Amino acid sequence: MLDSKIPGGPLKDKWTKHKNEINVVNPANKRFIDVIVVGSGLAGGAAAASLAELGYNVKCFCFQDSPRRAHSIAAQGGINAAKNYQNDGDSTYRLFYDTVKGGDYRAREANVYRLAEVSANIIDQCVAQGVPFAREYGGLLDNRSFGGVLVSRTFYAKGQTGQQLLLGAYSAMSRQIGKGKIKMYNRHEMLELVIVDGKARGIIARNLITGEIERHSAHAVVLGSGGYGNVFFLSTNAMGSNVSAAWRAHKKGAFFANPCYTQIHPTCIPRSGDYQSKLTLMSESLRNDGRIWVPKDMKDVEAIRAGKKKPTDLKEEERDYYLERRYPAFGNLVPRDVASRAAKERCDAGYGVNETGEAVYLDFSSAIMRYGREKATVDGIKNPSDQKVRELGEKIVEAKYGNLFQMYEKITDDNPYKTPMMIYPAVHYTMGGLWVDYNLMTTIPGCFAAGEANFSDHGANRLGASALMQGLADGYFVLPYTIGDYLANDIRTGEIPTDSKEFDEAEKDVKQRIERLINNKGTKSVDHFHKRLGKVMWDKVGMSRNAQGLQEAMAEIKQIREEFHNDVFVPGTANEFNPELEKATRVADFLELGELFAKDALERNESCGGHFREESVELDGEQKGEAKRDDVNFTYVAAWEWNGDPAASVVHKEQLEFKNIELKQRSYK
Amino acid sequence: MAANTGMNLTLKIWRQKDAKSSGKMETYQVRDISDHMSFLEMMDVLNEQLIGEGKEPVAFDHDCREGICGMCSMYINGEAHGPDRGVTTCQLHMRKFKDGDTIYIEPWRATAFPVVKDLVVDRSSFDRVMNAGGFVSVNTSGNAQDANAIPIPKEDADKAFDAATCIGCGACVATCKNASAMLFVSAKVSQLSLLPQGQVEAKDRVQKMVDQMDKEGFGNCTNTGACEVECPKGISLDNIARMNSEYLKASTK
Repeated sequence: MLDSKIPGGPLKDKWTKHKNEINVVNPANKRFIDVIVVGSGLAGGAAAASLAELGYNVKCFCFQDSPRRAHSIAAQGGINAAKNYQNDGDSTYRLFYDTVKGGDYRAREANVYRLAEVSANIIDQCVAQGVPFAREYGGLLDNRSFGGVLVSRTFYAKGQTGQQLLLGAYSAMSRQIGKGKIKMYNRHEMLELVIVDGKARGIIARNLITGEIERHSAHAVVLGSGGYGNVFFLSTNAMGSNVSAAWRAHKKGAFFANPCYTQIHPTCIPRSGDYQSKLTLMSESLRNDGRIWVPKDMKDVEAIRAGKKKPTDLKEEERDYYLERRYPAFGNLVPRDVASRAAKERCDAGYGVNETGEAVYLDFSSAIMRYGREKATVDGIKNPSDQKVRELGEKIVEAKYGNLFQMYEKITDDNPYKTPMMIYPAVHYTMGGLWVDYNLMTTIPGCFAAGEANFSDHGANRLGASALMQGLADGYFVLPYTIGDYLANDIRTGEIPTDSKEFDEAEKDVKQRIERLINNKGTKSVDHFHKRLGKVMWDKVGMSRNAQGLQEAMAEIKQIREEFHNDVFVPGTANEFNPELEKATRVADFLELGELFAKDALERNESCGGHFREESVELDGEQKGEAKRDDVNFTYVAAWEWNGDPAASVVHKEQLEFKNIELKQRSYK
Repeated sequence: MAANTGMNLTLKIWRQKDAKSSGKMETYQVRDISDHMSFLEMMDVLNEQLIGEGKEPVAFDHDCREGICGMCSMYINGEAHGPDRGVTTCQLHMRKFKDGDTIYIEPWRATAFPVVKDLVVDRSSFDRVMNAGGFVSVNTSGNAQDANAIPIPKEDADKAFDAATCIGCGACVATCKNASAMLFVSAKVSQLSLLPQGQVEAKDRVQKMVDQMDKEGFGNCTNTGACEVECPKGISLDNIARMNSEYLKASTK
């Protein structure tokens, strides 16, 4: 039933062969074809710009007041590409291998290889657009290292790489908006997908300023609407990030793949109180130079919590650099899932260093002194004092991570040059998403999904600096080809009318949903329910999961969903700018997704990547206590079909075949 | 450091139903505010309180809440993004205020930024300035020349990056007595004029962007420098000088 449409032939030739064989649309015919793009981040923005350059009429929708504000903008650390500028042995194959291994062998080989193959083009394209990547003194591009790999292949722009790449895509969009090839709908939210004769032919969107419900038709719909981490309420996602576009497509027939694959990022600023509205990430790039530790002795933990000792009072031998201890080969640069679980393990054992017991140290003092000594040598300073070395070193660390250190200080009021940062894991990214075939088409013909909204490239765990790579690869270099293959059949179709019964019904359904929310007049705010959902997700479907907890979570989420529909209070009216109503429509969808998420986690009785089942761990040997994958029973993609209720969803399995990589235990020791 | 959780504050907030209605300042009280809260979390507390009383919450723009999307605005006690330096409103923390304070909160005020509702304004004029020329005309292609084909001096790349960090929030316009957008426009002009990739269209770009800026109704620059002080990303006035020089070059070609 699930046809991934992976082209035949050797892995390295598949994409070239596919591009040569698929249909293309004559340039003169592209102007007769409309494409809707939902979302203006790296995937959606890059797709909208590239499709418009090709000649299609693009309508792009974003809920923010400008396409430049999509949440890709917040990505900090960098973007991977197999350029091998450092001559450290990188290659397309090595990037492919690292990504499949990092994803714990739960991604599709052919998609990942293509991603690695086009990665180099992305850097060339972005430089041509005027993206100011970091450079060395010789004027060439600089690289840094990220977790889970042994080469330096990450391109960056200080701690604002996502911003610079997104503004590159935004500038490409701006050019097309100016030409009238993209019609931009800011402050619009997609609330329904419209299907005509089995094909995606349009959307129903709400104008967030006037509240008007609008019909928009097209020959194809591309969803670049991002991930669903906000199902946890607290995450590093933007406040508005939501699952609704993807979830509406799911309820109309698009299968939702691996919803339980969530990335909990190890280095975020710990939460400080119940009022907390979101969590802030500190880039993984910091693990290049920061060492993670907690005190060895419980007495020191207690003294620190009581404010009687400072972390800088502890001598080297009194600190437990637990990642370096447990994983000598990768040390502080183990993949995110491994680093997160290790932090949780130490904190659960009582070694957390803040008031809540949920924080570990990320310490830059070794790096500051090391860089300082190097700089003193370069500058010819003989026998520099420690004070001088520290001064020189701090300057170098500031040049590398200045904005991150500033961000940390603004939030916590602590100076990370002088005292270690405190960090704790937080929900960051969702590897799961709409199931797509090799052409990025969902199970609904004409409905495509790109970037974080799809499931395809990261398996059960995404490596650092690979989200930006995938978003731009899908938007710039994959979709513009593959969508042509589909649209080649539509050159004679003509404009899709919006006065059909399918549009009538979809619009009626949206209006009814909104009226029900507005007229409910319950007693509790939307956030009240969202926070309860988030707590269940974090406690029972978070970093560590077991069957009993997951079953409880499903029942509890169902209960919260029922209460929400009975008792939510949405102030204001439907026909005005109404942020509470926007939140309500999004949370209603999260309350369904959450239950499916738990169901998927329950079904997958193995530990893989970010999905850790307590029932599935190594019991002895060198890997004792580490996650245990079950390749015999679970080497598949779980693609869920909607069946009226989350608990009744039906799973379809796409078996994963590994012909170019041997399945191994993922060891970082 | 233990949190001070006991702040009681008086808020004077601009309420305006929509673009057509006239607005006015309303007074609200919030209690037990922690100094670890961000300013927007304090606003969340107020809104939960208003919803609990069956009243309409205060509309304000916000999204990433980590100082990078540029969505949040708010003119707080007469300053864009409030009293702290180098931050957006979402990064402003309540430790900058003290118990008993009265805080005035208004929207950005500029002809080119009409109010949508309460504290929300329409900044699409910024997008239109970008659409006029804030780009390099290069199509997506798998054949762009190798990224290292043209070495770029680190100093130029760093300056271009500093200009490119503009988040398009509009604080520069809101704080300028002339409601000028020169800092915003010059940041993009500078970024691209400092890089070889932006050179080809440099003359056209600066003229088109400045023309559009004028059409949108932004005021002129009189070098008071308030924009640089209030800019959450520290965009330098040097960019305005660079844009003026680029504009002069373009006009005398």
